[in-house]
Order: sequence, then C-alpha cells, then structure tokens
Amino acid sequence: MEEFDVVVVGAGPAGSITAKYAAMGGATVLMLEKRQEVGSPVRCGEGIARKWIDEVGIRLDKRWIAHEVKGAKLVSPDGTEFRIDEEHAGSEVGTIIERDIFDKALAEDAVKAGAELRLKSAVRSLTFEESGKVNGVKVESLEGTYEVKAGAVVGVDGFESQIGRWGGINTSIKPNDITSAIQYRMVDIEPDPDYAEFFLGTTWAPGGYVWIFPKSETSANVGVGILLSNVNEPGDARKYLNKFIENRPYLKKGKVIEIVSGGVPVSAPLDETVKDGLLLVGDAARQTNPLTRGGIANGCIAGKIAGETLSEAVKEGDFSSSFLMRYENGWRERLEEELYRDWMAKEKLIGLNDDTLNKMISVLSESDIDELSVYRILEEIRKRYPELVREIEDLL
Amino acid sequence: MIRIDVSKCMHCGACVGTCPVNAMFLNDAALEVYDNCIDCGLCVKVCPVAALTMIKK
Ligand SMILES: Cc1cc2nc3c(=O)[nH]c(=O)nc-3n(C[C@H](O)[C@H](O)[C@H](O)COP(=O)(O)OP(=O)(O)OC[C@H]3O[C@@H](n4cnc5c(N)ncnc54)[C@H](O)[C@@H]3O)c2cc1C
Repeated sequence: MEEFDVVVVGAGPAGSITAKYAAMGGATVLMLEKRQEVGSPVRCGEGIARKWIDEVGIRLDKRWIAHEVKGAKLVSPDGTEFRIDEEHAGSEVGTIIERDIFDKALAEDAVKAGAELRLKSAVRSLTFEESGKVNGVKVESLEGTYEVKAGAVVGVDGFESQIGRWGGINTSIKPNDITSAIQYRMVDIEPDPDYAEFFLGTTWAPGGYVWIFPKSETSANVGVGILLSNVNEPGDARKYLNKFIENRPYLKKGKVIEIVSGGVPVSAPLDETVKDGLLLVGDAARQTNPLTRGGIANGCIAGKIAGETLSEAVKEGDFSSSFLMRYENGWRERLEEELYRDWMAKEKLIGLNDDTLNKMISVLSESDIDELSVYRILEEIRKRYPELVREIEDLL
Repeated sequence: MIRIDVSKCMHCGACVGTCPVNAMFLNDAALEVYDNCIDCGLCVKVCPVAALTMIKK
C-alpha cells in the first residue's frame, strides 16, 4: 500500500500552502482533490488584502490580479457612504483576484516544492490505528477505490468539510454562524472602479452585506451573504441579490456571466483542530473571518503554520496530537484574538436595526478615521453613541 | 426526506457544511443524502438557490 508522510485533502488555497510548506520541509506529501480542475468552479468574491501575501510566501503575479482598488466603501441603509483607503493599514480588500488562476498558481507552487497532486480523487473515509490515531484515507478516483497510509491527514476540505467530523472533531456550527451566499459576475456595468463596496441593512442583506467588487472598469462581482438564521424561505439569498440589482439601474442593465454560490462559516474559533494524526486548516477549521467573511488569508496563514509543523513532525517521527498542538498553538497565537473579536462584533452587528446602522455609518463618515479595523471603528462610534458599544466594551 | 433538484443544484456544498449530523456528501458533481438525515431542514434553508425540498415520508 502506498504511504506518504502527509495526505492533504483539498487543493484550495489553504491546502496548497499546507502542502507546499510540508514538502519544502522534507515531508512526502500527497494532495487529493475531488474536483477535476483546481480552482474551478470559483466559490468566492475574490477580494483580498495585500498585507498578508508576503507572510505566506506568495509571489504577486499579474496572471491572477484582476483589478486593484484604492479602498473600501461602506454604505448604510439610507445610502450614506463611508470610505476608507487601503493604504491605511488594516484595510481588508485591496486586490480583486482571478480565484481560479490564483488557486492553480498556489497548487503549482506546492507541486514544485515536491508535493504530488491527484485530481478527481474524493476522500470518502479515514482509516485509524487501533489506538484511534488517524493513519490514512480511502479514496475514490479515476483509478478506482484505494487506500493510502499517512503519518498525518490534513482536512483542508473547505466549508463542506467532513474530514474533521470523521476524525471526531466537532465542526458543526449554529445557524447564526453560517452564511448563505450567492454572487453574480456582471459585465456591461460601470462599478466604482476605485472601491470595493459593502452595503449594509436589513433591506438588502439581513445579518450580512451585499458586496460589489470591481473586476475591471466594466465588470464586477456582485454578491450577497445572509445569515442562515435570517433565512425565511429557501432561496432567500438569491431573492435578496435580485432585489438589490433590480433597485439599481446601473446594475440592472448589466449581464450575468457567472453564478457562484456557497456557504461561509462565520463562527467563533473551534475548540480543537488537531487529533492524533489529524489536522484541520482553513474553512474546514472555521478560520474564516466572521465579520468580513474573508477566508483566503487566514487559511493560507494557518496553512503555512500547519505545513511547517508537519515537516517538524516528520523529522521527529511524531504525529501525536500533543506534537501537532504546535500547529494549533501557532494559529491561535496568530489569528484567534482577531477571530474572536470579529465574531463578537458580528454578533453585535446582526442585532442592529437599520436606524442604528445609519447612525453608525454617519458617525464614521464624519470622522477622520483612517483604518478599517473593528477596534478603531468601535472606538469612534463610542465617542458619539456610547450605548451602542456598551455591551461589547470589553472588546476595546 | 430531502429531495435534490439536480437541475438547480450548484454543487457548492453549503448544505453539506450546514448538516448537523453528517448526512450529506458532495462527490464533486453529485450530492448524496444518507439515511441518518433527521429532517431538520437546515440544508433546505441554507441552499442559496432553493435546490432542496423536504418531502414527507
Ligand atoms: C460567495 C462567496 C464569496 C466569498 N468571498 C470571499 C472574498 O472575497 N475573499 C475571501 O478571502 N474569501 C471569500 N470567501 C471565502 C473563501 O472562498 C474561503 O474562505 C476559501 O475558499 C477557503 O479556502 P480553503 O482552502 O480552506 O477551502 P476551499 O477553497 O473551499 O477548498 C476546499 C477544497 O477541498 C476539496 N474537497 C472537499 N472535500 C473533499 C474530499 N472529501 N476529497 C477531496 N477533496 C475534497 C474541494 O473540492 C475544494 O477544492 C467567499 C466564499 C463564498 C462562498
């Protein structure tokens, strides 16, 4: 039977970065991806910040950069705008990418580092030692069904993740921690080419927001995410998006050339992400930012830590959960505080009515705030409306 | 019981990640629902394109 030090399940961005760093550190790595093509179909708004790219060793490449914006614009229910420029550190969106090309570029990096990638290979179950340690996977592929042994298996299988659950990690999250999302790639429109726009309010996106991320002067990703707990009728997400577009002549005249749907985890961090012989990374580990719903950055940051931990584990010959805790401690140190704070802010935000949102954004638009950080925003709002911030004062 | 309208399903896995009892799997282009489904209906609600319906057994 084939044996690898590390089997990575899922070739999304977090999986490819994990595989790359594990392979660079000398591990033998097999990456299994059930799709026939890495990165396609796209399930993403394609907006990323630039600030974390260097940290995970990704080279900026014009092949996957669609469009650069100056900053972000928050729009209140009454239409008041608050703009923030990306050059001021902390901004969340600066570059709109071609996600399919981006994912392929990352997979290419992983393969060049020595990882092996197999497509059309769905992992259907885990295998265990008698002790309970995960020691491999069962795969369905073009070659038929087979088993592969591994020192450790990494579940980087996205929002739909089963690997964690099969391995005994509880990754279930509550309806108010799940976003139902849909997006149209629209052409023949004139989006504001300089800003990624976010529209708040119960009319457009209860418990979430509508985004317009320009991909060029004449095209954009227009999408909506609403909390599952706010869905009344099946298909609400699509109805909200259609309503938003219907109400805006500059979008209504556009044409849709791609539909994207998906679920986004917006929960607080999980209690555990490792077991003996098993790690979870990226959306599978619910590391997505619960406020912005951006998951690419955190998945890649955690993936690097996972890959480095795994290459050490190979050298030590130790894939026990106590050794793999290095990964868990590492990602928590780097991401947990922000994830937790932004989850609290999300919890607060979903309870706000349109009136309050209008007040908040008008405070911000009059302020000289130059940083899109939750901390700065709350601080600014507290000056004028202390009662709005009182319940989450401890965040500050 | 959950019925899948295959002509609407986008194979995005929003339902699979939402299912609280692991009763679904998305095998790339085919969504599978298993017998341990508890008819909670969360998958029906989370589906962004209303491809799932609950039918009485
Ligand atoms: C509509 C929408 C808009 C979004 N917009 C943004 C945005 O603008 N910016 C941002 O940063 N994030 C955004 N996100 C979130 C972002 O897409 C995810 O956080 C990101 O893709 C997570 O990366 P990942 O590598 O963890 O998982 P994924 O990219 O989901 O990759 C998981 C991979 O695992 C594979 N897989 C799953 N199960 C198996 C199995 N059993 N066997 C083999 N392979 C398997 C899947 O096919 C997939 O390729 C958005 C999400 C949605 C749905």
